[in-house]
Amino acid sequence: MGDQKGSGNRLEAYWKANLRLIWILLAIWFAVAYVPPLFVNQLNAIVIAGFPLGYYMGSQGSLIVFVVLIFYYAWRMNKMDQEYGLRDKDK
Amino acid sequence: MNNFWFGFFGLIGLWLLAVFVSVRLLSWLFPRIQRGEADPASAPSDLLPWYPIAPRVRQLLDARELPRALAVFDPAYWRANVRVILVLLAIWIGIVIAPAALSPFLNQFHILTGAIVVFLVLIAGYAWFAARLDQKHRAENAEQAPTDARRTALLGLIFLGFTLGFVMFVVTISTFEKQMGLTSSSIGWALLIVTIALYAVIGIFTRTHSLDEYFVAGRNIPAFFNGMAVAGDWMSAASFISMAGTLWLLGYEGLAYIVGWTGGYVVLVMLLAPYLRKFGQFTIPDFIAARYDGTVARIVSAFIGVIISFTYVTAQVTGIGIIMSRFLGVNYLVGIVVGLGAVLFCSFLGGMRAITWTQVAQCIVLVIAYLVPVSLLSLRATGNFFPQLMYGQALEQIVRLEELQGIANSYVAPFNDWTPWNFFALMFCLMCGTAGMPHILVRFYTVPDAGAARRSVGWAMLFIALLYITAPAYAAFSRWEILQNVIGRSIGSLPEWTVNWANAGLITINDLNADGILQFSELRIDPDVVVLATPEIAGLSQTIAALVAAGGLAAALSTADGLLMVIASAMAHDFYARTLNPGASPRMRLLISRIAIFLAALAAAFVAIRRLGIIVQLVAWAFSFAAATFFPILVLGIFWKRANGKGAVAGMIAGLVATLAYMLINVVDPEWNVLGITNVAAGIFGIPVNFLVTILVSKFTAPPSPETQALVESLRQP
Repeated sequence: MGDQKGSGNRLEAYWKANLRLIWILLAIWFAVAYVPPLFVNQLNAIVIAGFPLGYYMGSQGSLIVFVVLIFYYAWRMNKMDQEYGLRDKDK
Repeated sequence: MNNFWFGFFGLIGLWLLAVFVSVRLLSWLFPRIQRGEADPASAPSDLLPWYPIAPRVRQLLDARELPRALAVFDPAYWRANVRVILVLLAIWIGIVIAPAALSPFLNQFHILTGAIVVFLVLIAGYAWFAARLDQKHRAENAEQAPTDARRTALLGLIFLGFTLGFVMFVVTISTFEKQMGLTSSSIGWALLIVTIALYAVIGIFTRTHSLDEYFVAGRNIPAFFNGMAVAGDWMSAASFISMAGTLWLLGYEGLAYIVGWTGGYVVLVMLLAPYLRKFGQFTIPDFIAARYDGTVARIVSAFIGVIISFTYVTAQVTGIGIIMSRFLGVNYLVGIVVGLGAVLFCSFLGGMRAITWTQVAQCIVLVIAYLVPVSLLSLRATGNFFPQLMYGQALEQIVRLEELQGIANSYVAPFNDWTPWNFFALMFCLMCGTAGMPHILVRFYTVPDAGAARRSVGWAMLFIALLYITAPAYAAFSRWEILQNVIGRSIGSLPEWTVNWANAGLITINDLNADGILQFSELRIDPDVVVLATPEIAGLSQTIAALVAAGGLAAALSTADGLLMVIASAMAHDFYARTLNPGASPRMRLLISRIAIFLAALAAAFVAIRRLGIIVQLVAWAFSFAAATFFPILVLGIFWKRANGKGAVAGMIAGLVATLAYMLINVVDPEWNVLGITNVAAGIFGIPVNFLVTILVSKFTAPPSPETQALVESLRQP
């Protein structure tokens, strides 16, 4: 019985950690996708290598952040699965 | 009209006959491997000799025919293998870069042939080395057998070979064109037939009679390849042909499509993909039925899934027809029948398993076809091969020319076509719609575990971002070209490509003030032209133009495949096997799903012939529906245990009705709108309605059963 309870707590902790990670990453996701368009006029005043920054954020900047976010989440969760003993290391 | 129907059914009949004969022929040439027949000692641990290749490739694609119990992973072997691969890849990259340095001394033809020879040497060298390595390690470890990692690596090698083979084929055709002067239609046919034949061959190799493989590819697709398949599944005719044109027309506002269609994957990886894989059944309605216990939830969600997929597949079929008719000069209708034939061939025989591997191949073809023309255009215009980095120059020129010509509606300035509200609403709809698209979601049933589901989203996003980061470059370069060389010219002396596309009816020139000079306001351009005309703008050969057609076709076919599969599994699995006839035999279910695929394709062809609206419009509507129906109840189903069946059904229907109502009113009377939000972004009203109704109805009815709550808990651990 004690064993089961231990495993229940561990699962709960795992789920909480997962939710925390999701909140943080979704906040970044939201900030990257929805905030630059709000300030696009100010950002467009800055031009780097021909790209007005406001336009660049929509066309490339946010996409690059998305790729990084997804890979980071996959990597972090993979590590967490192992930390909480929910998966074998080799798999 | 009678002639029309006679020809139409005649074509379908001929096509069925051809499929029947070729399937018989191929079954005879490549006999099916029976399960358990594979001899562990001769499992495909060595790539050479290549004969007989057919059973080997089939073994490789179906891991369960390999002796899993014997699998021993040997790190030393793998390290040695990776070392070789790194060395060879370094040489390969050197070959790709070296021509730039040597270009003053050699002509282009020498560089290309030289590079091909080196590529061949590299491949042969690797094959030889891998075979030796295998022998060495087999001596050390008598029971050495292919492991998952090795299987992935071998599959990678096959698809690397496919990629190089495809590139070489294109280069060869291009050489022939220069030396022998092939006509443009023969080049077009050659490229399209070869690519379609390749997909068909993959379909043959992977044909299956097992339900598990037919519906979810046996759940053994490695994460990397599932990522590529998702990318192929995802990037549709709209992404390939129309997206760059939409950017051209809208300027900054068009970026809502770019960000919206990619940002959804971030939501997908965190909120849906791994949990759906943990659940692991056949369809999305399966999950909804199990979570929201009941047949009603299953029927409603399967029905909505079929509507969404059907809308979207119609758009793909329209795309297929446009590509075939424009590049091959065939009748639009014939184009549709030929293109659909290719789709059906795959999904008929192999279901999800065949679709997966063709989508991987189609992903490779479409990414190459998208990147090559604009890279060459960038090379010509700026002297640098990477358009993604260089179109900043194009943007600078656009701004300069706009000022010069007094165009007030600037390309990079925001919100001159839409209100900011519409921009945000559309972006949000597209993101949630991406995460709620049934044909994308089912792809995560095909990987081995939840971890692989997460990683495959990453790989998918990488390939998708490659194309989406390039699309604005297409738009910017052609905008620059048009502002520089088309606007302000006398109408009699426009560049040749403009005249060609004006004759095709996609560019309209209307000299309003009759001064003989073309002003910006006198030019109307169809969004599809931007990608289709780029090879001509850059002065590239007919081969490249045909390559674009092949890429567009790959994009449309891969998406149509995935969508037809969703429709078929809804019919055969959700409606028939789970609701009407629970005792249905696997044979019957396969038969029903094959009939459903055929009928759905036929119906899509009929609708596509009527040509409703432009492609982007159709697709964007499907996104609003997916966002307003599936997305909220799937997310709540995983993250809120209290959500129950009544709530979910009410939520889905309310979301659908709210979206549909706004859409219809806005289509009928565009003047009527809220904050300038257009019908394309109507889902923005459906999403909160769905969330609210689901939550409220759940709160006021009984909580879900303890079994359902236990199911939710089990989903939450990998």
